[in-house]
Amino acid sequence: MRITCPLCGERDRREFYYVGDAVALRRPSPDAGEAAWDDYIHNRDNPAGDTQDLWQHEAGCGAWVVVDRNTVTHAVNNVTLAAKVTR
Amino acid sequence: MGYSGFKVIKEGLFGQKGWRPVWRNPEPKSEYDAIIIGGGGHGLSTAYYLAKNHGMTNIAVLEKGDLGSGNIGRNTTIVRANYFLPGNSEFYSHSLKLWEGMEQDLNYNTMMSQRGIINLFHSDGQRDAFVRRGNAMVNQGDDAILLDREGVRNLVPYLDFENTRFPIYGGLYHPRGGSARHDAVAWGYARGADQRGVDLIQQCEVTGIDITAGKVTGVQTTRGVIKTKKVAIVTAGRSGQVAAMAGMRLPIESHVLQAFVTEGLKPVIDHVISFGMGHFYISQSDKGGLVFGGDLDFYASYAQRGNLPMKEHVMEAGMTLMPMIGKAKVLRSWGGIMDMTPDGSPIIDKTPTDGLFLDCGWCYGGFKAVPASGWALAHLMATGESHETAAGFRLDRFRDGVGLMDEEGTGAQHNLH
Repeated sequence: MRITCPLCGERDRREFYYVGDAVALRRPSPDAGEAAWDDYIHNRDNPAGDTQDLWQHEAGCGAWVVVDRNTVTHAVNNVTLAAKVTR
Repeated sequence: MGYSGFKVIKEGLFGQKGWRPVWRNPEPKSEYDAIIIGGGGHGLSTAYYLAKNHGMTNIAVLEKGDLGSGNIGRNTTIVRANYFLPGNSEFYSHSLKLWEGMEQDLNYNTMMSQRGIINLFHSDGQRDAFVRRGNAMVNQGDDAILLDREGVRNLVPYLDFENTRFPIYGGLYHPRGGSARHDAVAWGYARGADQRGVDLIQQCEVTGIDITAGKVTGVQTTRGVIKTKKVAIVTAGRSGQVAAMAGMRLPIESHVLQAFVTEGLKPVIDHVISFGMGHFYISQSDKGGLVFGGDLDFYASYAQRGNLPMKEHVMEAGMTLMPMIGKAKVLRSWGGIMDMTPDGSPIIDKTPTDGLFLDCGWCYGGFKAVPASGWALAHLMATGESHETAAGFRLDRFRDGVGLMDEEGTGAQHNLH
């Protein structure tokens, strides 16, 4: 699997650290309550198909990127800087 | 039809013509007392123990493909009871005892081989941790022997004891651990359940779960509607998709775990050996292939095949540990889909829907759990109460943080297990 970093270009997957579902970009407010925080931290849609997850270009520029990816085919469809994703 | 040595000899003399199909292939009835979704190891053992321990025989196992065609057919077959934390410890201890009596109980040769497991350690700190784990195992009533370097060398002299980065300080030896024939386990439980009247329905995919006023009333399938008041979701690898039919989101992320097997070789590795620092473990199948694997690929996947970096890592770790296997040719590799929970431990519990039960989240350790998981889920479905060995496998433990079972001690977060 290769991921195209918006800053560095196409790189080997090994340069990236996988953080998990891009749910991390939708962090609830501190006073959202226990249920919202439980859901945010633990529960996942976990789709078999298109998903969006968060990676860090750890061995490259260090940027956080949002990767649109297919969990069944491993195709990487789109990569965006996390800083530019509208929350 | 019972199996025996006499039967094998008799059939050998008369052309093997007396063997019959091991289970029926029934049409689904319109209603059952309970339905188990998923005809893998856990689903089949649940059906068997529902029938055997609780007398529930008007039940069905619904399988979308063939029996035993999921992770029970693609794992590395290790059986062990070397867990550390309360909650896990008693469960896997119970499971190992069931493994030890399984062949007699099922009248089926599951090729259970208690060849012993050796977990290697490579530093004083790791030795301390293994001493503690070994004591926990002994306290649970299981067996653990601390081996020093020479003790390990006596058992497995072919390891590289001179490795500079990870010198072998010793190992924790678990003699009752070992391996079993994975397909035979599924087939044995299937046969036992079928003999007790359970309907094993293959090529029957569940497409919906009917819920009325918070209670399960039946399931929609590709072979029609089936009514029931109890449904168990036992579909590890696809738990999220099936639970979504009941409107649930689970604390599970699916990951791919790769495994490898070499061409058949003469007997060379007599034990199961794990090299934790290299995320590597290996055993030799009865057919002669070296069966080995490593860690997850570490990103969400349903692909049933892994990526090359982890293959490279596993091969490197194998060569580091035992250079003698360098000329063995890898025959094939494959990937299985793991239900990864935040704390790395499973879930056997009721759900907010009355009559709906969950058995999932087995991470990369579902095979050894097959008997005790079925035992505990059958108990829960029949009595409404958690079995004492599986009471810790609560669905809501993540929410309140009480009773988390994080064996690795890394924290209950998805990307840490």
